[in-house]
Amino acid sequence: MKSHTTAHRKSGLWIAAMVHRLSGLALACFLPLHFLALGLAIDGEAQLDRFLAWTANPWVKLAETTLVFLLTVHLLGGVRVLLLETLPWREGHKQLATAAVAAAALAAIAFLVRAA
Amino acid sequence: MAMAMAIEVSIWRGRANGRYQTFTVPLDQSQTVLDVVTWVQRKLDPTLAYRFACRVGMCGSCAMTVNGRPRWTCRTHISKVVEAGRVEIGPLANMPIIKDLVCDMAEFFAKWQRAKGAFAPGKSRHDPIERISPAAAERVAADAAIECINCAVCYAACDTVRWNENYLGPAALNRAWTLVNDVRDAGQRERLAALAADGGCHACHSHHSCQEHCPKALSPVRSIAGLKRRSLEAYVRGEL
Ligand code: SF4
Ligand code: SF4
Ligand code: FES
Repeated sequence: MKSHTTAHRKSGLWIAAMVHRLSGLALACFLPLHFLALGLAIDGEAQLDRFLAWTANPWVKLAETTLVFLLTVHLLGGVRVLLLETLPWREGHKQLATAAVAAAALAAIAFLVRAA
Repeated sequence: MAMAMAIEVSIWRGRANGRYQTFTVPLDQSQTVLDVVTWVQRKLDPTLAYRFACRVGMCGSCAMTVNGRPRWTCRTHISKVVEAGRVEIGPLANMPIIKDLVCDMAEFFAKWQRAKGAFAPGKSRHDPIERISPAAAERVAADAAIECINCAVCYAACDTVRWNENYLGPAALNRAWTLVNDVRDAGQRERLAALAADGGCHACHSHHSCQEHCPKALSPVRSIAGLKRRSLEAYVRGEL
């Protein structure tokens, strides 16, 4: 049945849960690569120079910015869920989730500005 | 703006492999979605199957999917849901379809049993009646949740139900929360163990879809968060 089961997915908190899940998955794929690159870099000075030159590449910068966004949004989203599940109930989770996304976006922009 | 005189109503027919059938229904004042379905069944096709009983939002039997959203149909005005002169009405999601708008709620209610949603008496008729103050913390905690009418709207809106067939679902867990707060109940330990097991309260992803859709404006997600806390506390105390 087509349209039967999707209307509820337009809600902000449903999207927040999905962002949390997908950012977690993306981090799981992304982070090993990130550490591999770092590991290569500390193997030697020549390697490090080459690595630094590589990170100057705008695409790499963009990827790292995405990583910063994913990390922050996943971290803050996780804190929100922990608060929801362990502290006495409070309303306003939509606002909290929006704030988490905004903070993550700010962190990513700050990273990009500093890296540029 | 004045409404059109008639609307096109697409109604699900048959079982899971059925299809939508379109009817033209005249509009009336203060007409509910349930009135529209009833009109179709009385005037156009007496074989149309659907459920209702009270027509005033008490019994919880009339829930259907209206334009992709689960709703109680006896308290939903058609004028609120009509889009461009059309409305689509199907059975609730997350339950097998028996016929047309009627779904099989056996599993839904079996999960109430699995969530230990029945009161476990600990006293006999010879004991004095226990006094519960309306201001007692436990009674206040259960205040909203006891208003549930078992309509399964939240169950149909929950993606965790959709993705995890073991999941007890918002309605059963909300019911369990009312009993967890019932100081007269003698089955708390078993209940909490059942609720903390696989498919219990910890499977909830806090999507809040249940809260957004509940026609009684209840918050099963809040009840479930309460269960998560209670079971965590019990675990820390070594009772679970
Ligand atoms: S909050 Fe929990 S019970 Fe409610 S819709 Fe989400 S997963 Fe289902
Ligand atoms: S919690 Fe609300 S939506 Fe769920 S069964 Fe009860 S009344 Fe219906
Ligand atoms: S018919 Fe009873 S709640 Fe709608």
